[in-house]
Amino acid sequence: MATAADRLTRIWETPHDLVGQLTTVDHKIVGKRYLVTAMVFLVLGGAEAAVMRWQLAGADMHLLSPETYNQLFTMHGVTMIFWYASPILSGFSNYLWPLLLGSRDMAFPRLNAFSYWAFLFSGLFLYSSVLVGQVPDGAWVSYTPLTGPRYDAGLNIQFYALGLILLTVSTTAGAVNFVVTAIRLRAPGMTVDRIPILIWGTLTASVAILFALPALTVACVFLYFEHRLGMHFFDPTAGGRPVLWEHLFWMFGHPWVYIVVLPAMGMVSTMLPVFSRRPLAGYRWVVAATIATGAIGFSVWLHHMFAMGASMGGLTFFSGASMLISIPSAIAISAWVVTLWLGRPVIRTPMLFVLGFLVLFVIGGVSGVVTAAAPFDWQVTDTYFVVAHLHYVLIGINLFPVIGAMYYWLPKITGRMLDERLGSWNFWTMFIGFNVAFFPMHIAGLLGMPRRIYTYPAGAGWDTVNLISTIGTYIFAVGVLLFVINLARSLRGGPLAGNNPWDANTLEWSTTSPPPVYNFAVIPTVRSRDPLWERRLDSARQSEISAGPVLDEGREAMGTTPLRAEPTSVLHMPEDTAWPLLTAIGMLLAGYALVGARWEWLGISAVWLIVTIGGWLWPGREPASA
Amino acid sequence: MASGIAAYDVNVPRTIHEGPVGRRPPAWWGMICLVATEAALFFFLLYSYFYMATHSSVWPPEGPPDLKLALPNTALLLASSATMWWAESGIRAGRSARLRIGLVITIVLGAVFAAVQGLEWSQKPFGPATDAYGSLFFTITGFHGAHVIVGLIILAYILLRASLGHFTAERHLAVSTAAIYWHFVDVVWLFVFTSLFLTPRL
Amino acid sequence: MLSPAGEAAHRLALLGWLLLGVASAVVLIVTVAIIIPLRRRRVSLADAPLAGSPDREDGVMPISIGVGLSILVLIAAYIGTVVTLHATVTPPRTPALTVSVTAHQWWWEIEYTDANPGRSVRTANEFHIPVGQTVRLELQSADVVHSFWVPRLQGKVDVIPGETNSFWIEADQPGTYYGQCAKYCGMQHAHMAIFVIADSPSDFASWLDRQREPAHAPTDSLVQAGQTAFTNAPCAFCHTIRGTEAAGRAGPDLTHLAGRGTIAAGELRNGTGDLSAWITNAPSLKPGTLMPRMDLDPRTLHAVVAYLRTLN
Repeated sequence: MATAADRLTRIWETPHDLVGQLTTVDHKIVGKRYLVTAMVFLVLGGAEAAVMRWQLAGADMHLLSPETYNQLFTMHGVTMIFWYASPILSGFSNYLWPLLLGSRDMAFPRLNAFSYWAFLFSGLFLYSSVLVGQVPDGAWVSYTPLTGPRYDAGLNIQFYALGLILLTVSTTAGAVNFVVTAIRLRAPGMTVDRIPILIWGTLTASVAILFALPALTVACVFLYFEHRLGMHFFDPTAGGRPVLWEHLFWMFGHPWVYIVVLPAMGMVSTMLPVFSRRPLAGYRWVVAATIATGAIGFSVWLHHMFAMGASMGGLTFFSGASMLISIPSAIAISAWVVTLWLGRPVIRTPMLFVLGFLVLFVIGGVSGVVTAAAPFDWQVTDTYFVVAHLHYVLIGINLFPVIGAMYYWLPKITGRMLDERLGSWNFWTMFIGFNVAFFPMHIAGLLGMPRRIYTYPAGAGWDTVNLISTIGTYIFAVGVLLFVINLARSLRGGPLAGNNPWDANTLEWSTTSPPPVYNFAVIPTVRSRDPLWERRLDSARQSEISAGPVLDEGREAMGTTPLRAEPTSVLHMPEDTAWPLLTAIGMLLAGYALVGARWEWLGISAVWLIVTIGGWLWPGREPASA
Repeated sequence: MASGIAAYDVNVPRTIHEGPVGRRPPAWWGMICLVATEAALFFFLLYSYFYMATHSSVWPPEGPPDLKLALPNTALLLASSATMWWAESGIRAGRSARLRIGLVITIVLGAVFAAVQGLEWSQKPFGPATDAYGSLFFTITGFHGAHVIVGLIILAYILLRASLGHFTAERHLAVSTAAIYWHFVDVVWLFVFTSLFLTPRL
Repeated sequence: MLSPAGEAAHRLALLGWLLLGVASAVVLIVTVAIIIPLRRRRVSLADAPLAGSPDREDGVMPISIGVGLSILVLIAAYIGTVVTLHATVTPPRTPALTVSVTAHQWWWEIEYTDANPGRSVRTANEFHIPVGQTVRLELQSADVVHSFWVPRLQGKVDVIPGETNSFWIEADQPGTYYGQCAKYCGMQHAHMAIFVIADSPSDFASWLDRQREPAHAPTDSLVQAGQTAFTNAPCAFCHTIRGTEAAGRAGPDLTHLAGRGTIAAGELRNGTGDLSAWITNAPSLKPGTLMPRMDLDPRTLHAVVAYLRTLN
């Protein structure tokens, strides 16, 4: 006789064959795919950096030609900021959100599958430029007219622009999914005041994505049209203005840097309380700070352009706004530190990465606040000082929490713990290596070393700091390698994790490790922010995790109201389907048609997309009514 | 906890809690998100237009664009929103015939709009590669035109499903979300039209 | 920024050190605040009972204090910023001199314009200014976005095609001040140095007067042969030597080349060996440069170089 668990398994599981893998809409599989793919891009970007650091270890070195170096720093930036930093967070969010929310799935499971395929294909599209020897070389910011048709003819910038457009489609699809899931698919009783803080981080980032990414799309479309259709947007000889690119790019670019850190800060806000053995202090303040950072992030973009000759009014306003935005960060760091003080810290590997993050967050944050002062920025922008700042914030506020999150959540995902001793070595090697690599760059910038130079002269006095940075880079790389080794050993036979190895507070720890394919046997009802800690904390009303609606008449999830999370409806989730993959293939086809100017193929891909999206949206077979 | 199963794209309220607050289905929210991001897209297109305008001594270089075709075309598109509203209110009352007729008229109006836009394009003395103004004019109206064409495809798809009897008074979520998209395309045109055709005349 | 030698650079450095000092203090305080509670750490999760309570906001007071202190620090930083902006955006004194700078891929064209065009001076990559006097720079680009930066004298300013940016520098001591293009501008962005040489006002005046003179007619026969070869060869299509027929504008003005310390925008020394190598095969020394390979026979090359070495 089939148990409820068997029944739910049969309803939700994806077959393990190839067809199953290509048609799955399981958010946990999609999440794992994002994690693995993003880590591959991290390693690629890291390799690009390692080669560059060799070239810069001494003055006037000629290991690399200027073309190769310029391609390397372009691809390093583009890969890390676009194809690693956001997708890795999407991976965690995709896997964890339904589990954190007490739900069976995301709001749009097929859109979820599509967003992964489009992400993968966009990365393959970008890197296929290497195969045809047309690697983008305009820096990740791709300023015009340097990257326009007159000064950078060829296909490389088109690969850049079209690859990014394809990625923005993927990222936007993901953002829509997160926003709607947060609004309608929370567990009953999970009011706005009880939403896990990681949800707030990703939700804020997702709303920001909806409003910021179109600026990049517009910029890339303009750039592609300049190259392919002879149009003029940025070309001053035909009425265009180069600075328009900078405005569009940074109106996207500044919100983007918050998009790639706010979910990670949410992960820290999730892990730090667990290892401080108490709930996050000032939860509402931290939520407000998260949203405020996302919102103010849209009003500071000109600080990337302080040297362009802006007016006094512009300089004053944007300096002020750029300093203002550090106030929500001050709220966050205060909340974390206070949580530590009020709690009982326990050091485990995830906590090491959280603590390291805190230090790097402050260093990166203050180096950003000092550059918010326009006059000081005039001396340090476009120098290694900014390179130091951006790596402190990106590696400190994204990568360190990510590795910590790996140690924290991989036991849930795989069912096996990672090794604590190796984890400690992993952390310290990464932390020391990182600081040895990047702290001296502040000094290099103050000594006058500009960025994006493939070599530097012997007499400039930059040799020592560069050598130290190179050594630190390789130490850091060993640290990352230690993580990979730890991961491999854990997968091959690490100790079993059990449901809740960290005695944590959020709903995902109530399931087995790994969770069943249907996440929860019954839909939980939530009555506090820390459902798994209620019995041992002072809470009269407790969440109901072991009893609730079963929803087993097919793939079903509970729909609840946006603010008070009152259950209103049973939502029917889709079965596995190939349409998302086929749609992503159509987009890739369109990308190649555009880069190759094969308009007939563009027409074919348009028809293809009409068919696949039409098929996707066509209603499924209606089961008989009861 | 078992209950009846309804058609695929509809949410059936269950009696878990009484007095549900906020009945917007996920698909509705999804369309709102799509509209938000597309609105941002047009915001940045028009930002680019005004950036160039404020940084150029003469803008548009050849004077304001002609209203002869654009003004009646605008009226056509506004009318198509009215007919779409009429169609949707039809199915809300269960009148499928009104839905189908309304959709047909809306599609025809939208198609005429797109055709007139193409005619207008062919009559322009400048092209997209002439200068920055030409590039912006054609790109912005082109983006809008592309949204119109996508909207027409969506409406045709809805018409097909309506002809197959998919929609009832209680179940017509796809019609509602398609209507949101179509109205959005209309509202965007008002912004584009005002920016490109009216502000140079101020 | 670490050794300012000009009015603007001093003010920027002052602001910079204040901000960096405050930043370092913040890092120290927060790091200590993180380490102190760790001294109470427990070894195992079981050892550490849960504290606090779900759904209640606690710790709000210390958070407010942290935020309040941050706001005070930020206000001070902002005031310092605005004060410095007002002191540096516009020059403190009326500029005594205006110099036109045009950025190219990958060299700097400098022009001292004069109402009388016969007295205009063009040079490249290296220019002189009078000590203690404000110099206005009018910056334009011939191609892509560059950035003019001489850190010991001033912050940087972008040089944007289609726009002219007005800027000022002032040196308070004599010396040679090194700078580099600070905005990625293509393949040889790394080799686009600029040298600003500050002279006493009288030395500057005599330097400028000498620059105004056209090149002297050669007397030596080898040098004469070099001049003839130069003006007959493709050299004259790109380079100007005032006083000869060579009037090309694509490349640097060479009228007083011999007075410059470097060539190829700082990449090479201005000596016979480097000069010969550059003329023979510039693309091998600076890939991407617009200066082509010149196939001159050794005798002609020797003569041309000898000629160029006389252009003081």
